[in-house]
Amino acid sequence: MSDTVVATAAPKLTRKDFVTDQDVRWCPGCGDYSILAQVQKVMPELGLPREKFVFISGIGCSSRFPYYMNTYGFHSIHGRAPALATGLKVSRPDLSVWVVTGDGDGLSIGGNHLIHALRRNVGIKILLFNNRIYGLTKGQYSPTSELGKTTKSTPLGSVDYPFNPIAVAMGVDATFVARTVDVEAKHLQDILRKTYEHPGGAFIEILQNCNIFNDGAWEPLTDKASKADTVLLLEHGKPLIFGKNRDKGVRLGSDGRLQVVSLGNGTQEKDILVHDETNRAFAYMLAHLENPTPIGVFHATTRPTYEDAMGRQLEAARQRSGVGDVNALFNRGETWVVQ
Amino acid sequence: MTVPAETAEAAPVKRREQRESVVIRFAGDSGDGMQLTGMQFTTESALAGNDIGTLPDFPAEIRAPAGTLAGVSGFQLNFSSLEVYTPGDNPDVLVAMNPAALRVNIWDLKPGGILLADQDGFDAGNLKKAGYATNPLEDGSLSKYQVIVVDMTGMTLKVLEDLKLSNKVASRCKNFFSLGLCSWLYARPIEPTLKWIQDKFKKTPELVEANARVLKAGYHYGETTELFAIQYEVKPARIAPGTYRNVTGNSALALGLLAAAEKAGLPLFLGSYPITPASDILHELSMYKNFGVYTFQAEDEIAGVCSALGAAFGGAIGVTTSSGPGIALKQEAINLAVMVELPLIICNIQRGGPSTGLPTKTEQADLYQAIFGRNSDSPLPVLAAATPSDCFAMAYDAVRIAIKYMTPVILLSDGYLANGAEPWNIPRFEELSPIPVQFRTETEGFFPYLRDPDTLARPWVRPGTPGLEHRIGGIEKEDVTGHISYAPANHELMTRARARKVAAVAQDIPPTAIRGDQAGDLLVVGWGSTYGAIAAAVDEVRARGKKVSQVHLRYLNPLPPDLGGILRRFKTVLVPEMNLGQLLTILRATYLVDAVGLNKIQGQPFKVSEMTGEILRLLEG
Repeated sequence: MSDTVVATAAPKLTRKDFVTDQDVRWCPGCGDYSILAQVQKVMPELGLPREKFVFISGIGCSSRFPYYMNTYGFHSIHGRAPALATGLKVSRPDLSVWVVTGDGDGLSIGGNHLIHALRRNVGIKILLFNNRIYGLTKGQYSPTSELGKTTKSTPLGSVDYPFNPIAVAMGVDATFVARTVDVEAKHLQDILRKTYEHPGGAFIEILQNCNIFNDGAWEPLTDKASKADTVLLLEHGKPLIFGKNRDKGVRLGSDGRLQVVSLGNGTQEKDILVHDETNRAFAYMLAHLENPTPIGVFHATTRPTYEDAMGRQLEAARQRSGVGDVNALFNRGETWVVQ
Repeated sequence: MTVPAETAEAAPVKRREQRESVVIRFAGDSGDGMQLTGMQFTTESALAGNDIGTLPDFPAEIRAPAGTLAGVSGFQLNFSSLEVYTPGDNPDVLVAMNPAALRVNIWDLKPGGILLADQDGFDAGNLKKAGYATNPLEDGSLSKYQVIVVDMTGMTLKVLEDLKLSNKVASRCKNFFSLGLCSWLYARPIEPTLKWIQDKFKKTPELVEANARVLKAGYHYGETTELFAIQYEVKPARIAPGTYRNVTGNSALALGLLAAAEKAGLPLFLGSYPITPASDILHELSMYKNFGVYTFQAEDEIAGVCSALGAAFGGAIGVTTSSGPGIALKQEAINLAVMVELPLIICNIQRGGPSTGLPTKTEQADLYQAIFGRNSDSPLPVLAAATPSDCFAMAYDAVRIAIKYMTPVILLSDGYLANGAEPWNIPRFEELSPIPVQFRTETEGFFPYLRDPDTLARPWVRPGTPGLEHRIGGIEKEDVTGHISYAPANHELMTRARARKVAAVAQDIPPTAIRGDQAGDLLVVGWGSTYGAIAAAVDEVRARGKKVSQVHLRYLNPLPPDLGGILRRFKTVLVPEMNLGQLLTILRATYLVDAVGLNKIQGQPFKVSEMTGEILRLLEG
């Protein structure tokens, strides 16, 4: 059966269909290259015609992204991409609308739009590239930079307490919240697919390296030698076990907090939490787990999307009052005739 | 001239006198329902065939403490058997429901005018709150007016005695007593108000009964009391034939946007954030969902305009509505619209500023902001409505221009137009001018910034169109291809192209109408809501044989192509504005004319007398 569906579908798209003729202008070695490559790899597999994709961005290194995607694209102004995307998605629910943003664009100047788009559950997919630094303006600290960070604008160290992007998204009841890593190609692809399939708004934090201004920001999580012990892979229905020897796990302590424990010495796999991405409370606790750092889908749930709700309201109004008649509207209320 | 009145059996015979025009102002506490009373009296007057002009004047505070000067709310109506241009300068009648309303408004009442006061409202507490040591209704200080004191509250409570309403609810009906009384005084039909009460309170039948009773009680009281010896009559005005309704500027603007979207065959998307005095446009468009109108109450002003631009990218008519402070926040996104060359309509319902300024008062001081208020060379068409009903025409034209030239358009209105009402000669939708829309679908020869030779507009492509995938954005574009370009010569070429495109809108501006002679001693040039006061003043001065004419600009950027020639045909050019001289500066800079300004920045529209005074001074001086 599925073969038949494929056979009648539009000509098969390939990665090349999503590549533009523009030179990619990120610094050599930037994590954005990998993200772009994975997006260009996944998009053709999703079964949606290329012209239905729209990439909208704000300002910053990551926001150059639309120029390199051979889809419809809109490179807008600093922080406002979620607002533009909302207007587009509400009036054109047939489109697959993606927002590409960064930690400065999405969480500093554009924080307001980000949280409101997520709480409304507008069906837009927000990819936030988090490199914990301002790259395009050449190296100031960002709202995700760690306390004490020394940068051009904080020579004595930052005194700004940072945002936890996943916790922000959880805090505004986003319906899909995930984290992945620029260099984890397979994982990134998997998350992109799930993002597309999620029926509603999605927030993806992509840990991304800025090799010029914040090199090694995520090194413990990407270094081959250490990452098995620093990264906790979240998989729905699977226990929260990690470590080179898969000998560590996360359990719920009797004090109601998450505990990182070693297996053995009386601690068995059955004591370890099984990841349930539908469980909001656990997702929120996991959002605050730092060591190990969880990647994967923290939370996925469904709620009517904003555009569907609005579309239904318009339809209900038509059912109730009939399709609008302009002349009748003009003549509503008290009218009088002058001969 | 007097005509015998038709009289009810028991009522004393009253004289009926003709009046050409009457200006009445209802004033009371902001909780007294004065706006509603004024609007109903307006409807009655319109149905009686008069031409009308209204001016609501309410406090910024939702409920300032009762009885205080800050809480006074007023509504002025000018109804006439002649053409009406303004709500009138000074009222012939002042209805004052309490001492604060009296104190704020009495100095406007014409000497010999009627002051109608609610006795009950003038108690010791209210007198004190308004700063009166003695009761002005009794101490002789109002001797130059015809003071008529009626116990409106007392009589209201009396006629409602058997309805078992609480004292509070019952006394709130007293505004209908004043409405009934004034309706009798000026021989207005109360049936429209009775019908309105039926509709408005249909869920609470006891309020239908109560308000209708009180309205009739007020009317009959006028008929029977000996306080009024004369009933006044204002004959219907000679108005162009047609079907009319009353319309406020905000309502007309909303209808104009909707009509244009329907004509263009595109969905209307409004992205907006509540702000006085623009919010009513959001409210009104929210009611048109059966027309497929999307109204999005955004998280802030910036999201309002950005969502509208996003919708425009998707092929909708994107609109955002606000007032000056909100426009300031939107300017970066408006600039993006200039750069990406998408149609977008930005409505600025101006109010007194700067900053929060006078939120509920009117001003026209955002002309610089509209034309010059963005970084870099950022041209866009700027239109301004002249009267409440003109908001319809200008909103419609703003949409047409935005689509034709692929450009953001700013439409200026103001608080005075927004809330003021006038009769609107209702058009037939079929007779409105066409708004052609051509989405590009042809892939052959497509370039995002290849311009139409006549309009210099770039193609509008809806995402979802196969083969036309392209990227737009705020970075400078290469001519034709739309690729990012930092090339020096290209930037100048594109900057000039954007300017030329907006200048080309001039070809769409109709010939400038001149009220009065084509040349003369003085030309009064105005824009926006000063239209009525200028027209009335020019007519008045011309009637005295002066060579004075009026030009009222509805297209402010670009300016009408024939304007320079017109200005040069007059010895003196006067530019009255509710700002410190913004159009004045532009006219002087553009045409090198030695125009002079008349400036009023009080949150209140010009009075006709202020205008005539200045015109005569210039002619004689």
